Amino acid sequence: MNKLVIAGREFNSRLFIGTGKFGANSVMRQAAEAAHCELVTVALRRVDLRRGAPEDPLISHLDPEKVLIVPNTSGARNAEEAIRIARIARAGGGFDWVKLEVTPDHNHLLPDPIETLKAAETLVKDGFNVLPYINADPVLARRLEEVGTVAVMPLGAPIGTNRGLRMRDMIEIIIEQARVPVVVDAGLGMPSHAAEAIEMGADAVLVNTAIATAADPVRMASAFALAVQAAELACDAGAREESRTAQASSPLTGFLWEEGEAEG
Amino acid sequence: MIDIIVNGENRQVDEGQTVAGLLEDLRIVPERVVVELNGTILKRACFPDTALPAEARVEIIQFVGGG
Repeated sequence: MNKLVIAGREFNSRLFIGTGKFGANSVMRQAAEAAHCELVTVALRRVDLRRGAPEDPLISHLDPEKVLIVPNTSGARNAEEAIRIARIARAGGGFDWVKLEVTPDHNHLLPDPIETLKAAETLVKDGFNVLPYINADPVLARRLEEVGTVAVMPLGAPIGTNRGLRMRDMIEIIIEQARVPVVVDAGLGMPSHAAEAIEMGADAVLVNTAIATAADPVRMASAFALAVQAAELACDAGAREESRTAQASSPLTGFLWEEGEAEG
Repeated sequence: MIDIIVNGENRQVDEGQTVAGLLEDLRIVPERVVVELNGTILKRACFPDTALPAEARVEIIQFVGGG
């Protein structure tokens, strides 16, 4: 596979990690290191005034020399809120990459395509590198690409469900059509899901819940990293196409009983 | 005293209270947060010189883990 490049930046790992739900920042850092991860997402929230700002802020655990920090706009219910969060993130940390997420529906956290497209247009004009989180809709993926997003991030299954590549067929079409990198995000619950995404041609995967909530997040991060590497290796090795009928792997000549059945 | 809203909650502060003073009262380290005052992002360097107007809406925001 060619090296992964998004918005002119090279990535040595096709596994991106979300930093939510980890029991401790130190575990998150170790997991990211175990995965050789070079892109992590973070969120923005109000400071809890009763507790004050944390003694041990998340950001201090991330080395910007080694890992690209991409704030998300999680919690935004419309384009306006998403744009506001992205601008706050840029003002606060100088981050000009953003994972655009607009999820008005709390039950399934499915992204709003219309608001996402609107926000993407504005944020691209604002100079952000926009990575939009979308339902696996090939038409929307094209529209986002046209307004200048640097990647598209179709969901495998709803956020945090660990259900794998439920949207497989549509993601396949997105990959076929895309002229920007395709990052499968959300719902990947097992390393095999991540491997499947890379094998079918996705450029990268983003995993959070499956790693962060595992009994041992650092080992799970390694497991995902190995799966992604295995899939990359398999792609490089030149996988063969599927066949509807059996194709014998053993020779079809020289069977032991051929002699007895021979004529004459 | 004037009424302001901080992170969605009503609060009273002394007239002339600055953003830096508010953060100090709340025991929040300015370097770790972003402050929005009436919908406008405030540069950190301006915290000590920016007095809070009456009815100010202040948002104090931080980076947290997220996917």
